[in-house]
Amino acid sequence: MSIGKSLAHDSAALHVRGEARYTDDIPLPAGALHLAFGLSTCAHGDITAIDLDAVRAAPGVIGVYAQADWPEMPDCSPSAHDEPLLAVDQVHYLGQPVFLVAATSHLAARKAARLGRITYAERPALLTVDQALAANSRFEQGPVIWAKGDASTAIANAPFQLDGSFEVGGQEHFYLEGQVAAALPLEGGDMHVYSSTQHPTEIQHKVAHALHVPMHAVRVEVRRMGGGFGGKESQGNALAIACALVARATGRACKMRYDRDDDMMITGKRHDLKIRYRVGHDAEGRILGLEFTHLVRCGWAQDLSLPVADRAMLHSDNCYHLPHIRIESHRLKTNTQSATAYRGFGGPQGMIGIERVMDHVAHATARPQLEVRRVNFYASMDQAGAPQQSTPFHMPVEDFIGHELVAALETSADYRARRAEIAAWNATSPILKRGIALTPVKFGISFTLTFLNQAGALVHVYQDGSIHLNHGGTEMGQGLNQKVAQVAASVFGVPMEVVKITPTDTGKVPNTSATAASSGSDLNGMAVQAACETIRARMADFVAQKFSVDAKSVRFAGGQVKVAGEAFAFAQVAAWVYQGRVSLSSTGFYATPKITWDRVKGSGRPFLYFAYGAAVTEVVIDTLTGENRILRADLLHDTGTSLNPSLDIGQVEGAYVQGAGWLTTEELVWDEKGDLRTHAPSTYKIPSCSDRPRVFNVALWDKPNREATVGKSKAVGEPPFMLGISAFFALSDAVAACGDGSVYPALDAPATPERVLMAVQRQHDV
Amino acid sequence: MSKIHVTTTVNGDTVEFLAESRDTLLDALRDQLGLTGTKEGCGTGDCGACSVLLDGVLVCSCLVLAAEVQDKQVETVEGLATGAELHPLQRKFIEHAALQCGFCTPGILVAAKALLAQNPDPTESEVRFWLAGNLCRCTGYDKIIRAVMDAGAEMRGAN
Repeated sequence: MSIGKSLAHDSAALHVRGEARYTDDIPLPAGALHLAFGLSTCAHGDITAIDLDAVRAAPGVIGVYAQADWPEMPDCSPSAHDEPLLAVDQVHYLGQPVFLVAATSHLAARKAARLGRITYAERPALLTVDQALAANSRFEQGPVIWAKGDASTAIANAPFQLDGSFEVGGQEHFYLEGQVAAALPLEGGDMHVYSSTQHPTEIQHKVAHALHVPMHAVRVEVRRMGGGFGGKESQGNALAIACALVARATGRACKMRYDRDDDMMITGKRHDLKIRYRVGHDAEGRILGLEFTHLVRCGWAQDLSLPVADRAMLHSDNCYHLPHIRIESHRLKTNTQSATAYRGFGGPQGMIGIERVMDHVAHATARPQLEVRRVNFYASMDQAGAPQQSTPFHMPVEDFIGHELVAALETSADYRARRAEIAAWNATSPILKRGIALTPVKFGISFTLTFLNQAGALVHVYQDGSIHLNHGGTEMGQGLNQKVAQVAASVFGVPMEVVKITPTDTGKVPNTSATAASSGSDLNGMAVQAACETIRARMADFVAQKFSVDAKSVRFAGGQVKVAGEAFAFAQVAAWVYQGRVSLSSTGFYATPKITWDRVKGSGRPFLYFAYGAAVTEVVIDTLTGENRILRADLLHDTGTSLNPSLDIGQVEGAYVQGAGWLTTEELVWDEKGDLRTHAPSTYKIPSCSDRPRVFNVALWDKPNREATVGKSKAVGEPPFMLGISAFFALSDAVAACGDGSVYPALDAPATPERVLMAVQRQHDV
Repeated sequence: MSKIHVTTTVNGDTVEFLAESRDTLLDALRDQLGLTGTKEGCGTGDCGACSVLLDGVLVCSCLVLAAEVQDKQVETVEGLATGAELHPLQRKFIEHAALQCGFCTPGILVAAKALLAQNPDPTESEVRFWLAGNLCRCTGYDKIIRAVMDAGAEMRGAN
């Protein structure tokens, strides 16, 4: 069985030799053109004149396109058809593409794109959630409100009340490989598109729409991405459409890749939020009633903001039973980049809201943070295995393992003793202060748009016994292809090298969902398993008949097929079946069971199951500068029965560091004009090798998923991202150690050194 | 504008190409010489994805002009292995699962090779700070550090 083995990433041998091909590495035919956008320098305004003469005259320029060239401007939106490829009459954010240049080289296109002279009649720009709220600039008619119980009364009747608000910053994806696409015109108006995308079907759909051809005339291929993190779910549409349009107009292959600065100026990021809360609690910190208000900054276009904001609401409970809760979510339209999918898809923002409440209540009650969290935990299943409590959206919590998992981590990380040791150390250290926090994670798995929970696969067994594997998922580094290949090899009982992983291709598996919502292995693994089992059953039937035995007695293992006391090579049996005129090719399909979701009511079962985890982070801060370090992190994460522990641990480690980066160093700064001033790694600080925790202990909670997922595994892409929340509250703990306990640290995220320093000052000001 | 004729050595082979005066070494490697293992991550020398060795010195090839490499020795990720035999760093990166999307991997391997050449027995801190100029968004770096330490140990043992 290859399932459950720690096999290396399928492309590892290519990666270390520099031979793995990304979209920009694919050789294009001679005469290929390179594209670049000219960008708006105004956050909101009417376009009064477009002078592109200097652009047209620039060296190497073959074509220049603006709104007049495409009277019916193609749309790039994945949802509301509100994203014209190029600005039409108005610009809505600084960085919006206004015109398109095609030139003989990447550099020529980029240099020419700087020569456009666009004049604007500026309009007031809405840049903050407060401005947008005041102007009632929003998506949907009004706020979305979901409630359970009677929060207002419960808060009023509680022994203690508190309220607060804080900011949760956005996050640039910073996939190392920027957005890139290429289009090759084929005969009869067909188009072959290479795209660095998590969603090939969406690229196919949008390109077909732009070219006014059926989807069958467009084929999209993706071998791999150099990172995605949600940033390549919808943000690649513009590049693919631009390439296809110019390829059609010129008959030449076209490629477009954003330079890093353009990428950060043009594309959407994680949604930033302002979260307000009002809590009623008892002396032990038990939450009796809770009201959240989410002010979500969506940017200029709708994109995926509605489901992102929904998911923030759906994670406002995290691991805690909240019998009386009301959540109000405002999806605000601003003149900034259109915020988009990013690992966790709103879940992290919702979750840090309730973790903030726990931290604040612990401070207010002077109770240990972990104990306050614990008294609010969901109950475990009863003795019959039945759920005892439900979420704010009325879904019974059937699989809560928070008590056991947190207890195990508390022990393995030596949390209590370290907490005591840190308190003693802080008492002797006036300048440096340490802090520690343990936070849990419960993350819902399934797309909340229920119809997306489907996947297809196509598997061929060739007459020499080699296997060709294809499915709808895309590879962005997470090791999806290897996990799925392990499933295929296990079904056929063959070694891994027999299975060939092939690029995701809309011509092989149609109508796929984005590789998103952590669903890649869950959905595609099951679809591949179904396809392989169909072929295996045909092979078993054939040899059973040949040897006059029951097909159920045929075994596939060790590269052999065992039948009637004999063992034959898998390749031998494949040849027999081929010669016997039986198909060795099959599709497979999977649709997630059990899920139902009424978004309007905020009620149902949007998730098949939850994935759990917990983290302990210890930090040290310098109270004179606000500088800080993560000294130690202990992670324990639930992957069900892991399909590949090595790949899963990689996901957990990387997610934690990315999550900690979101809440500590990664600060996006827009100036008063709406100009994003942090648009390169020189000014936007993602964690680097020197930021890695000094001690980093990572383990998997390796117990089977109670749901019938592939190999009883659990999704792992997004859930561990939220382990990084522990770093934020460890900083809060360190800041609290600077004071006398009377002032709550009230950090905003990201807790940059500047913000940590200001929070320390508030402690000293008492 | 006339092009500049450049003769240089890349991974031990003498090569010639014609460069525009503004072409970077990264452009020349990828577009003229077909060595696409070296990647562009930022184009401003901040991410390390384009790291190569120039006369043994670690540089960002996006910050070096192609015309500057006349008569120099350039080493890229493609030169690490000897035929079918991987460099110990390459083997250890596979063994420790020290890569995910792989886009930063070539630059990190080249940077790590430069480190071990000048400091065969680095401490973990030295590895962490040496590689701080090579960004990775996927792995969280832990496995990368372990792989470099392990490769260093093996290389010391072999000497």
